[in-house]
Amino acid sequence: MERIMMAHGSGGRVSHELIQALFQKHLGNMYLDQMNDATVLPGNDNIAVTTDSFVISPLFFRGGNIGKLAVCGTVNDLAVSGAIPQFLTLALILEEGLPIRDLEEIIESVAQTADQAGVKVVCGDTKVVERGNADKIFINTTGIGYITNRLVGPKYIQPGDEILITGTIGDHGIAILSEREGLEFQTPVLSDCAPLNRLIDDFYLPGVKCMRDPTRGGVATTLNELAQQAGVSMILEEEKLPLLPSVQGACGMLGLEPLYLANEGKALVIAAAEVAEEVLSKMKEHPLGRFAAKIGRVEDGKPGLVLLDTPLGGKRIVGMLEGEHLPRIC
Amino acid sequence: MCLAIPAKVISMDGSIAKVDMMGNERIVSIDLVPEVQIGEFVLIHAGFAIEIIDDEIAQETEKLWLEVADSYEEE
Amino acid sequence: MKKNEELRAKADAYRAEIQDLAQRPYNIMEVCGTHTVAIAKNALRDLLPDTIHLISGPGCPVCVTDNSDIDRFLYLAAQPNVITATFGDMIRVPGTKKDLQTLRAEGADVRIVYSTQDALELARHNPGKEVVFLGIGFETTVPTVAVSIKTAQKENIANYSVLSMHKVVPPVLRFLAEDKEIMVDAFLDPGHVCAVIGIEPIKFMAEKYGKPGVVTGFEALDILEAIAMLLRQRKEGRSEIEIQYNRVVKAKGNPHAQLIMNQVFEPVDASWRGIGLISQSGLGIREEYSQWDAIRKFSLPVFHSKETPGCRCGDVLKGLIYPTQCPLFAKHCTPMKPVGPCMVSSEGSCAAYYRYLQGSVK
Repeated sequence: MERIMMAHGSGGRVSHELIQALFQKHLGNMYLDQMNDATVLPGNDNIAVTTDSFVISPLFFRGGNIGKLAVCGTVNDLAVSGAIPQFLTLALILEEGLPIRDLEEIIESVAQTADQAGVKVVCGDTKVVERGNADKIFINTTGIGYITNRLVGPKYIQPGDEILITGTIGDHGIAILSEREGLEFQTPVLSDCAPLNRLIDDFYLPGVKCMRDPTRGGVATTLNELAQQAGVSMILEEEKLPLLPSVQGACGMLGLEPLYLANEGKALVIAAAEVAEEVLSKMKEHPLGRFAAKIGRVEDGKPGLVLLDTPLGGKRIVGMLEGEHLPRIC
Repeated sequence: MCLAIPAKVISMDGSIAKVDMMGNERIVSIDLVPEVQIGEFVLIHAGFAIEIIDDEIAQETEKLWLEVADSYEEE
Repeated sequence: MKKNEELRAKADAYRAEIQDLAQRPYNIMEVCGTHTVAIAKNALRDLLPDTIHLISGPGCPVCVTDNSDIDRFLYLAAQPNVITATFGDMIRVPGTKKDLQTLRAEGADVRIVYSTQDALELARHNPGKEVVFLGIGFETTVPTVAVSIKTAQKENIANYSVLSMHKVVPPVLRFLAEDKEIMVDAFLDPGHVCAVIGIEPIKFMAEKYGKPGVVTGFEALDILEAIAMLLRQRKEGRSEIEIQYNRVVKAKGNPHAQLIMNQVFEPVDASWRGIGLISQSGLGIREEYSQWDAIRKFSLPVFHSKETPGCRCGDVLKGLIYPTQCPLFAKHCTPMKPVGPCMVSSEGSCAAYYRYLQGSVK
């Protein structure tokens, strides 16, 4: 492929190939190569750092806007890495003509969400480009957090561990799609966009081995990454997946699979079997974890393989997202 | 792609109708099922209602979905 | 959940019956791509005895589109002032040199639409441009395209046209029944095609060729029930077209949709990928609607593209080999770097096998 295509930004297999073929090739080092959501840097006190850019259409959607998303995305990357999020940077690229009213609403959301997550915006940058050279507003946030004694990461995952998720899957993906040009439909589904650090503080116990937020590419892609990194196989139970009927209905309508839809306020948690029940009940006590569920387990199978048990007793593969996740029609 | 979810007609205006699919509402064309009535269930394909669905079975399906929906709303 | 327990109880009953009736091998072809996906996604092969062979047929509209047709729409999409409106599945289908997503990255105006209504809307909003809808699909989709052409006529939308690559199911069924290589005993007939055309046009399969069929819905349970129904026919020595999916499909189909389809389209000979020319198996736009026919409007040349070397999509579409038996499968041909359309389309047999099975489960 000679040019960047939309699929390169999908978070699926093509994105991974781009990362390996270009970024790791030229920039690889002991920190980057860990390929985690956030990287732990050495110093007097260990800190974790992560960065993320936000380009989304529409800017305002059911359950949030790009400002809220820009805080949640970065806070969540730190939180699932076992860090306590502390500081954010905020860089804006604005398109000429963006209504100040919209910008203010977005920044108010940044403030509210940062407050909710207990993080401070400590520096920022603004650039304006000519009309047509950006889509209204692009945001980059970099997050800095303090490292805790939470030892989490794919390397701790072992066969026998349980796979938990903190709530219903695919809500964000459907909320966004419902407002996409040409696809408009009215849905009761709200984006799940939320900072997860307080929830994680509540349910974390030693024995929680790995956490990830299944954003682009969805639960399927994230579990594939983890299974590869940990060299284990995983098995999901289809009927245990928490799924709003309205999300299922929208998926049926559009020919999409919930396992590949983005989430912005959910954590996948791999926990030792001995603590899984306790972690689950703590999740359920938190408003963001009401519909948490145990959805599968880690097995000693073919490394990298993610399988799913269907309700009728069959088994199938759950692969990574291939290219863009497009609604299919014909 | 053959989608098989029943959609309930909730309002009509000429050759278009608003349908409900488990809480999601969208506008579809009813050019191909001109005899359809409000409250009936239709099969949607590429933005068109292409056939009317047996009422009894569709209502049964709807009831099952509503039960699941309740379990999420009521915890 | 109660729902799943009821589902399992019903499924177990069908499975027991199938087990009982399938002492001898039985080759069943699912004609429709959505059935292929449903079978793979629900892992139905795990639930059936080894004597039941489910064979995927030529029922994914993207997959059966000939390379010459693909090269033709790619040629059109690259023309200045043209907006190509297409269903999402066509975006990655490779032609001889390129595909639509590459053209789009190079600057061509390619839009994904979800309905012909959206394509018409594009035409209304871009009066200075030519909007061409890529007409792919069987009898389920064709009436929706016919409506768009009739609407364009009524509203006098001159910058809209359709490149019709539509195909119809009965002639390809006849081809499958007549081909000596293909060993299919019975068919799961396409639920939504039959919702439109009814069962009259496919009855010859059972009556003339002795190939029974059951018009089948798309849930796991529908497919299990349909297989049980076919086995009952074998046991009782019947050869009929029955309807399992009777909550949607009526014996006479949807006469109104048939009428609109026949007003706008007429049968033409068509090339099917991997299969070749089948007489009267395609649909062209009738003379009186020629103003909205992209082939006439742009005087499109006929392409004579070769099939991709090594690609065995044709044998897959005829049910002669399983996708995993193609030497390119999952090695040189993956959904992201597809060689043939059976791997591109989400309904394609190869993509379904790649995505849900990869040959590694069993």
